[in-house]
Amino acid sequence: MQISLVLNGKKITEEITPDLLLIDFLRNHGCYSVKRGCETSNCGLCTVFLDKKPVLSCSVLTARTDGHAIDTLEGLQDEAKEFGAFIADQGAEQCGFCNPGMIMNAIALFRENADPTDEEIKEYLAGNLCRCSGYEGQLRGIRAFLEYKRQGGASCRQ
Amino acid sequence: MLKIKQYIKAESLAQAYELNQKRNNRIIGGMLWLKMSNAQVQTAIDLSGLGLDRIEETEEECRIGCMVTLRELEMNQSLERLSGGIVRESVKNIVGVQFRNLATVGGSLFGRFGFSDVLTCFLAMDTYVELYQGGIIPLEEFAERKRDNDILVKVIVKKTPGKYVYLSHRNTKTDFPVLTAAVSCVYKNGGQEPCKQRNHKSADFECKDKQKMGYDIKVVVGARPAKAICLRVSEEWSDKLENRVCQTAEIEKLARELAEQVQTGTNMRAGAAYRSHLAEVLIKRGLLKIYGDIQGIGGDRHAD
Repeated sequence: MQISLVLNGKKITEEITPDLLLIDFLRNHGCYSVKRGCETSNCGLCTVFLDKKPVLSCSVLTARTDGHAIDTLEGLQDEAKEFGAFIADQGAEQCGFCNPGMIMNAIALFRENADPTDEEIKEYLAGNLCRCSGYEGQLRGIRAFLEYKRQGGASCRQ
Repeated sequence: MLKIKQYIKAESLAQAYELNQKRNNRIIGGMLWLKMSNAQVQTAIDLSGLGLDRIEETEEECRIGCMVTLRELEMNQSLERLSGGIVRESVKNIVGVQFRNLATVGGSLFGRFGFSDVLTCFLAMDTYVELYQGGIIPLEEFAERKRDNDILVKVIVKKTPGKYVYLSHRNTKTDFPVLTAAVSCVYKNGGQEPCKQRNHKSADFECKDKQKMGYDIKVVVGARPAKAICLRVSEEWSDKLENRVCQTAEIEKLARELAEQVQTGTNMRAGAAYRSHLAEVLIKRGLLKIYGDIQGIGGDRHAD
């Protein structure tokens, strides 16, 4: 079957099989930030935006994205750069395997709620699992990032 | 691994229904549970082009299209007001935002899954389902039926004035619940009379003092691990709660009596005995909260 979608701002028309998962389609198009983690729709590593909403690309049929827009971390580099660098400075970075999914979902959180409470941060990022780095560092890092942004993006790095 | 030979985006419910009569064809909702199976699907039927992804509010009800996602349920202000917050409470622990942006209310209810927070929550409210062939029936009746090839088109939640509580217990956040419980307390006959007098348009419970008309109190327990069941509090007990003659010890006794009617089982998350104990605790907490809301005295959180 043929589909057309907009991937990171670029229109793509392609023949696909009906059961092709979006994660495989994206990786076939060079979007290697999208990782296959749990295969049970739990870990959040494969997070991408479907029409600007974060979804698990391991659980979406590519066929269903016909006529829609998909964004991966590759297409959001400018937006991700500042947060990614800040969170690394905070020592709260995950390794390259889990980090893209976490950054994608954090961007979704900031877009939806520019001033989240701790509880709202925890709730929003609950679907991003990481066995290595834990979660306290990320919470602290995100808190500090929000404060940094509130101060106009300068002078608050710890 | 899920295999799909053909994918059709339905152009009408009639087309979707006809396709769905074949044994190897499947309607796909959020596809999250289906994806976990090894099903060999001949034709995947997608309802996403039929405008069923909206929540419509009228004076009497909220009509929720089957393709509305759990995240949309969570964020919808009409449902928040109508349910007193239990819709949001029931879905907020389901995996993560990304998951809830995919999972649909239709898929969650049509599956009648034992673990379903969504089923427990909507059973506690005055909820109906609209089936393409079967018409509009109460959710409670639908939950008892076996799966067939009909299509769940909409979920209809009546704006019955009431108070609702939702509780669940999980071994860890984002996991399936070990047990879910919901308690609802609504006026008998849906509170029609006092609401009419006050041009009542929402689930505000404040008109109760103007005209006593009795309560229907329902307790729903899910993830037993079998699918959710509904229990009714007897008229005698409802009267006691309404007439402010209940002590905490009596509510504990009522919770025990109700919990004894809940058949529990064992799976990898918990044993039957533990679930039975949890059922009593959660029902008691729910009843105390409802009792506090009715009497304005606040529930005793330390009673257990």
